[in-house]
Amino acid sequence: MSILATLPSKLAQGVYVLLMNIFGLVMEPLQRLIGVRRMPYLFLLPNLLIFGIFILFPMVLNLYFATTSGTALFPQERPFVGTANFERLYACQDYFNPVTCQEDRFWRAVHNTIVFVAFQVAGMILIALTTALVLNRKIVARGFFRSVYFYPVLLSPVVVALIWKWILQRDGLLNALLVGLGQEPVQFLLSGTWAMAWIIIISIWAEMGFYTLILLAGLQSIPSELYDAGAVDGTSSTQRFRHITLPLLMPTMMVVLILALIRSVQQFDKVFVLTGGGPGTATFLLVQYIYSTGFATQIPRFGMAAAASVTLGAVLLIATIIQLRLGRSSERHLA
Amino acid sequence: MSTLLTFLTRRRGRWRWHATDILAYLYLLIGVVVMFGPVLWLVLSSFKTPAALLEFPPTLLPLAQKTVVVSGYAEPLRLFDVTMADGSIRRLAQVRRVGLQAQMVDPAGPDEIIRVHIDQRSEVRHFRLATENYTEAFLRFNFAIYLRNSVVVTVTATLITLLINSMAAFALSKYRFRGRNAIFLIIISTLMIPISVILVPVYLVITQVGWVNNLWGVIIPAAATPTGVFLLRQYMLTIPDELLDSGRIDGASEWRLYWQIVLPLAAPALAVLAIFSVMWRWNDFLWPLIVLTRSELFTLQVGLAAFQGELQIQWHYVLAMTVLTLLPITLVFALLQRFITTGIASTGVKG
Amino acid sequence: MKPKFITVLLTLLLLTNTALAQVVLRMTWYDDGQEGVVMRELLDRFEAANPDIRIVMDTVPFAAGILQSLPLQLAAGQGPDLARVVDLGGLSQYFLDLRPYLSDPDYWEANFGPFLDWMRPEGSDAIPGFMTQLTVSAPFINRTLFDQAGIAVPEGPTTWEQWAEVAQQVAEATGTPHAMVMDRSGHRLAGPAISQGAAFFDAEGHPKIDDEGLRAMLQLMIDWHADGLMNPDVWIGAAGQYVAGNLPFINAQVVLYMSGSWQVGQFTNLIGDAFDWEVVPNPCGPAACTGMPGGAGLVGIAATRHPVEVARVMEFLAQEEVLAEFYGRTLFIPGHLGLAETGIDFQTGLESAKQALNVFASQVPLIHPTAYALQGYRFNRVIFDNLRDRLTQVFVGELTLDQALERMQADIDEQIRQAGQ
Repeated sequence: MSILATLPSKLAQGVYVLLMNIFGLVMEPLQRLIGVRRMPYLFLLPNLLIFGIFILFPMVLNLYFATTSGTALFPQERPFVGTANFERLYACQDYFNPVTCQEDRFWRAVHNTIVFVAFQVAGMILIALTTALVLNRKIVARGFFRSVYFYPVLLSPVVVALIWKWILQRDGLLNALLVGLGQEPVQFLLSGTWAMAWIIIISIWAEMGFYTLILLAGLQSIPSELYDAGAVDGTSSTQRFRHITLPLLMPTMMVVLILALIRSVQQFDKVFVLTGGGPGTATFLLVQYIYSTGFATQIPRFGMAAAASVTLGAVLLIATIIQLRLGRSSERHLA
Repeated sequence: MSTLLTFLTRRRGRWRWHATDILAYLYLLIGVVVMFGPVLWLVLSSFKTPAALLEFPPTLLPLAQKTVVVSGYAEPLRLFDVTMADGSIRRLAQVRRVGLQAQMVDPAGPDEIIRVHIDQRSEVRHFRLATENYTEAFLRFNFAIYLRNSVVVTVTATLITLLINSMAAFALSKYRFRGRNAIFLIIISTLMIPISVILVPVYLVITQVGWVNNLWGVIIPAAATPTGVFLLRQYMLTIPDELLDSGRIDGASEWRLYWQIVLPLAAPALAVLAIFSVMWRWNDFLWPLIVLTRSELFTLQVGLAAFQGELQIQWHYVLAMTVLTLLPITLVFALLQRFITTGIASTGVKG
Repeated sequence: MKPKFITVLLTLLLLTNTALAQVVLRMTWYDDGQEGVVMRELLDRFEAANPDIRIVMDTVPFAAGILQSLPLQLAAGQGPDLARVVDLGGLSQYFLDLRPYLSDPDYWEANFGPFLDWMRPEGSDAIPGFMTQLTVSAPFINRTLFDQAGIAVPEGPTTWEQWAEVAQQVAEATGTPHAMVMDRSGHRLAGPAISQGAAFFDAEGHPKIDDEGLRAMLQLMIDWHADGLMNPDVWIGAAGQYVAGNLPFINAQVVLYMSGSWQVGQFTNLIGDAFDWEVVPNPCGPAACTGMPGGAGLVGIAATRHPVEVARVMEFLAQEEVLAEFYGRTLFIPGHLGLAETGIDFQTGLESAKQALNVFASQVPLIHPTAYALQGYRFNRVIFDNLRDRLTQVFVGELTLDQALERMQADIDEQIRQAGQ
């Protein structure tokens, strides 16, 4: 029995060693050639090559696209217009009222995204933290419960959207429950506020498990002696939370915050399948603006879409830098 | 026995149920309902007949109308409970409906045709799993081929990702060299841009490379994940440099250090990255949709997205295929959930 | 012994040569209903008679595959050899001119003439393909609901306002949730708009959409949505994309459904005889009683490496007998002038389907010239999509009608300006 158990792992080990030795036939002579100091570059090479060709170069190309207009696909065929796209994008009489802007859909997307990100990230971190705290206790079948929250993370955005579309529609489960409780059915996907509320809830549902696990790991790395010492001193659980848990959890929280923020601003797939950005433009988010301007239209405006994506990238970069700075200063503060 | 009891009732307060314990378990149980409930509803609904799917309020379990074979008729006839003029209820089978009138027969005496107003009928139903949703969907939806493509893409992409990301992370964490910080920053900054934003330029690049309608066009571009490099580098930073130095003293090459010392020690982080990679590649749909136009190359998500757009109205197929699509990852999850959750815990992704 | 051996060898060589020389053509296809099955059978027949050609059908989703993915591929020079497309004008620059390869171009001119203009770039005489279907828009009604309500179905020229009123009465009498539903599509709206007097173009042929007629129609739509006559799920419940209103109609949740002739095949399968459904002539407005023409075409792609083989496949499929069978089994209105005259033997036992197809056919002569012009206009999707999306914003209160009309014009102008660069 044990032989059968170890056989696959022995086989895997054998394959691993064989494969690595084969690669070594290339890597080791190269090391003799270029020297140890240059080895990191060699290790970086495959990643950087793919990265450069398929991510970095298209991003630079995208930057170039942002300064061109027209509908040709190949960059050499596109007329250069400098900052005209950006000027059009930012041409607004009143930034708080999208209707006064030339690219009103872009600004509506900006407003929607701000609302979405604020509520979704706040809600998700709150719920993830609560769940992590609960899971950190001595409970039965902790492994099972941990997995429960992680399951929706594995589902593809299309599947998530379809599951909830089926529940939220006019004749769906939620309305059936409402009617059963004597209430009127609500057309969730026809009301701007409800639609926004639901995409926030659904994206929290689908993503919180991931952040819960990270926070749980952070919690579990806090030495229990600190808590025991606190208990001996007679501090209450709230005080322990404020003075031990929160500060020591801060670094993990920063990571979670940054990841959640980036992910939130980039939200597209689920929302697109669920509401298509509607009703009207109530759930129309930034990435959908880019997608619909550059793709889902008979005359795609690649230049505008690229300009918007450059804006998006810049905003995210600045936001992350600010966060990192704040995080570092708060760490210094606490230390 | 006492050990068992202690195990089952182990809680915060040693000998009493603390209020917070009850709250905790309540919270967790609600969590189970909220997390699994929608998926369960999806699965139950996928076994309902199209007619049952249109009902409101919907029934919990899949119910379908009973049919009966009546002599003299080729097809099985649907059974109804009919309220007759005198108030009695008879179980009749419907031959055909014309306008507001239905022609019914008694299965016991099929010679007489009884004309009944459609409002007097109510369906006779029983529990039945409409497995034909799956079989028909299976036939229309090339599940086996899409599954094969998804598996090929996912496995290959994950192996490549693990290899090149760990090599890059190794370089970035265990060496000091010119441009190290710059390169790391550039890699991280691209976390900001989702692929849907650079779709057009990436597509252009792929066409020039000649990888359109080629599974490599789906596998390679996404292999250099910034998240993977970030994750692995964080973990590798915790591997003591002394191990590497002593290895070098013993005369091992850098490559050997990498795969004999560092990789095995980084196994938990690699496992996490593997899981994420499997998840991302399995769920990719926008990019493969653009790159792959030959239907025999479609992955499962592309196939599902394709069908849900078309058969929007045929919910019974959409539901069945959604369930089929999430089945493989659910199985992987069920088998490996312990590793998944402990893996993420142990990488300790801290600042 | 020797001759036999040589024969065997030669036969083997011949077979392998055929196999080696087999040309594989890729056809990008989409399905409204079951027509993919019919096309596959026809192609199998062609392959049996022409073993040196094999055609692989790639059935893709309509929105993501045909409307979005395909133009991108064509622009990058990566498309299939044949494709069933709807955006005939917009993609005409990528189509293959079959004329040099056809044995009888006059047959094509005679039978597909007016529709070829939709597929050609300005001023060319290319023959890119044929129509897999000609479509006309017109409303469907649920006659069973009328019968149950005891209200007569209006006959003769009836206005949209009258239809709305009658449908509402039927809906109230039978407890149906909504009176009407329309596909979420500017194309569907255009027919009634033209009936109200919308001209869509100015004197030079540029899109100018703000006029009395269009305003009247848009106001009707706004009122219908505000008063609850129109099912809101279709126009408001989904955004940024085409959504069909067939689900509510199939489930008898509406009395009247504004759509078109391509639904007949689908309804035959999905409704069957669950209730009696009919097509009624296009309701009238001050200017006309028109619907919109349309259709999809099967075309060759210019970037193909096998134009001769593509032409052979097209010639086979475009034959009168083959098309007669195709149209007859798919229940599509023929885009073939000869067949339109002699009539198609539609293979359906369902009375509703037969009636529907007859009424649709009778609507074709009534189509207004503006409708033809709009359908043939290269950038009509720009007009339709902007009209649709901005109007939805009015329904939900994000824009006023004036603002929406202003935006529509601005969006259309901007996109066309970009296309001109």
